[in-house]
Amino acid sequence: MDNTIVATNPSTTEAAVAEEHAHISLPQHRHHFETEEQQREAGTFGMWLFLLTEIMFFGGMFFAYLLYRNWYYDAFVVGSNQLSIPLGGTNTAVLITSGFFMALAVWAAEVRKRALLMLFLVLTTVFGFVFLGIKYVEYHEKWELHHIPGAHFDVSQFVNPKAYGLKEEPIAPDMAQKVQIYFSLYFAMTGMHALHMIIGVGILFWLMWRAQRGDFTSGYVAPIENFALYWHFVDIVWLFLFPLLYLINRHPM
Amino acid sequence: MSATSSTILNLPDQRTASLPKRSYLNNEDGLMSWLLTGDHKRIAILYLISITLFFFIGGAFAGLIRLELLTPQPDLVASDTYNKLFSMHGIIMVFFFLVPSVPATLGNFLIPIMLGTKDLAFPKVNLLSWYLYWIGGIFTLTALVLGGVDTGWTFTTPLSTHYLNTHVVTAAMGVFIAGFSSIFTGLNFIVTIHRMRAPGMTWFRMPLFVWSHYAASILMVLGTPVLAITLVLVALERTIGIGVFDPTKGGDPLLFQHLFWFYSHPAVYIMILPGMGVISEVVSTFSRKRVFGYTAVAFSSVAIALFGFFVWAHHMFIMGVSNYSALVFSLLTMLVAVPSAIKIFNWSFTLQKGSITFETPMLYAFGFMGLFTIGGMTGVFLGALGMDIHLTETYFIVAHFHFVMVGGMLMAFLSGIHFWWPKMTGRMYPESLSKLAAVTTFIGFNLTFLPQFILGYLGMPRRYHAYPPEFQVLNVLSTAGATVLGVGYMLPLLYLAWSLKYGAIAGNNPWQATGLEWQIQSPPLTENFIEIPIVDYEAYDYEWLAKKMEQEVTTVG
Repeated sequence: MDNTIVATNPSTTEAAVAEEHAHISLPQHRHHFETEEQQREAGTFGMWLFLLTEIMFFGGMFFAYLLYRNWYYDAFVVGSNQLSIPLGGTNTAVLITSGFFMALAVWAAEVRKRALLMLFLVLTTVFGFVFLGIKYVEYHEKWELHHIPGAHFDVSQFVNPKAYGLKEEPIAPDMAQKVQIYFSLYFAMTGMHALHMIIGVGILFWLMWRAQRGDFTSGYVAPIENFALYWHFVDIVWLFLFPLLYLINRHPM
Repeated sequence: MSATSSTILNLPDQRTASLPKRSYLNNEDGLMSWLLTGDHKRIAILYLISITLFFFIGGAFAGLIRLELLTPQPDLVASDTYNKLFSMHGIIMVFFFLVPSVPATLGNFLIPIMLGTKDLAFPKVNLLSWYLYWIGGIFTLTALVLGGVDTGWTFTTPLSTHYLNTHVVTAAMGVFIAGFSSIFTGLNFIVTIHRMRAPGMTWFRMPLFVWSHYAASILMVLGTPVLAITLVLVALERTIGIGVFDPTKGGDPLLFQHLFWFYSHPAVYIMILPGMGVISEVVSTFSRKRVFGYTAVAFSSVAIALFGFFVWAHHMFIMGVSNYSALVFSLLTMLVAVPSAIKIFNWSFTLQKGSITFETPMLYAFGFMGLFTIGGMTGVFLGALGMDIHLTETYFIVAHFHFVMVGGMLMAFLSGIHFWWPKMTGRMYPESLSKLAAVTTFIGFNLTFLPQFILGYLGMPRRYHAYPPEFQVLNVLSTAGATVLGVGYMLPLLYLAWSLKYGAIAGNNPWQATGLEWQIQSPPLTENFIEIPIVDYEAYDYEWLAKKMEQEVTTVG
């Protein structure tokens, strides 16, 4: 064939071949990468780029939040006061703990300790479920109070808080309608976040299954590392959501 | 390594060329070997077949639209049906043809070869992107079969959320899913370009085709997710009424416009930039010259990508944005003309004193340069606030973006398909027939869309299926042109299919070109290169090539 025309420099080629032999020892190495390092770098870089797309994805909702919070600040304060800080705060702690165990899982994979890796992955998953459970409790309460936007949305708590034993100041009925926008964004943003958590937990089960086989404790840690990036990203989204949605009016005006 | 000792170029005799025994086409057999392939070249072929199918579906809608507009009376279809026709035409052509057209076919096929590597960084993600394209496509076709959607391709709220009873959610999901296919293609390209270049392939040795795909990939990766979330919000609005875009609940329909055009304006550059990459390759090859101002052309692609993110509100001048922001966006819009003009001027200077030959790809490239210039210049008209208020929502807009998208991008696509057809299939297309197709397309195109500029200027609004009788002459011209255009597009489909079996054997380098992709066999091996090349020369080194060939003649003589 005519492919042999490609110019090669003998010395570098030999060095490259030698290096390749030194490196290609794992079954996970894909043939189209020259070296394993290249494969790992490409994977990590791809993951970062994917997270960039995720930032843009959530960015659209943050943009909407910015706009409507400026327009309907009072409604956003009222809506925010409906959320439970203890539950939200607990969830923040739970999520950070989950992220901490994920970081430990990466370490365990790097030092090739299979049992530890499994333990940390399980703990990550457990705390992920705890988060989703608490989120469910919060959503359920909104459902009971008719604070889900749509045809059944009920503004009576916002226009007449005294009747419900709330200490808040009442707001005008037209502004009270705007609380719907707040809750729309609340459900859209936390819902998208929860969806990312659910997908993450799904991937965690797959990782545990593979970790059990010992896939990640022989020097090949890329999937664990890249998933950790994803998991931390989901944490960070929450760290923005929590103050923006729960803590809007926690300082004296 | 000095230039004399290097044998980068491979100029075998065309007459003795034969098809290689083993290539990516016959490496594995059976349907499953195609459907489960990780090979970027096979995925490119899968994409090529898919987008061609969608192109002709979208084209059929265009034909029906033009047929309805043949007479001023609304006689062929009902007004609702007409709305569905142009909506499906737009959705299919934009999301299922133009966005993936060059990147997913030629880009997929060529970028790894041009960079001197065996495959894209993530072959499985690449295959996944093709499946996502098809899942999205099936959703859209389902919406079509169930009765269509009549929002226009823009899914404008509150029309799409409150007033229409058609399959908006299904179509929006189709676009949402196809969006992820585009994201994964872009992501794959960026990682491949950053991490997989062959030794010696520095950033400024990359072919301009790769540069323009890099710029388009940035837009895909950063823009498409915003479209995704926007469509999710539209779907939530329709299904459970969350109110983010609903004025009765305090939402703002204009927010939808901002989010939608934040993607959809850059999407225009996603569509055109890869085409510009094709033109750089073709113009350089058939002028036998290095692209004039390589660095400027490379950076102008990136500049278009960057500026492209800051012009979106020019779609909204008449929608109640503030005068000040309209002013700023108007100025920014005109700024995009600068890098576009840099490209056109640099291609023209490449032609200057070149040894120009007029093969089919070059004819299409000339078509691109002329038509894109008209499309781009009318874009500057529309960017000017006063003109835009007069011309927006008229046929002037329709003519403008068809000059860019069809006159520009489709010409570039066909140019690229003809240019790399010998590489992809190992066989030549029939030259005289394809020249006829190129000329037919050019004539048909101008006949279709030049009258629309005049119609728009005279005030014929777009998106109506009836019009005042005084516009009929121009509309008849346009419909006649569309017929010619249809023939122009059918021809390549037929003769390219014919050439698969009966075309002349192409050999490795039928154009005597310098790109890495021309130095390997046609069609290439599955692994592209037997040995990873080491690149120690600049792109488009035709001057060096000319000298070398002169020497050879001297030696033989």
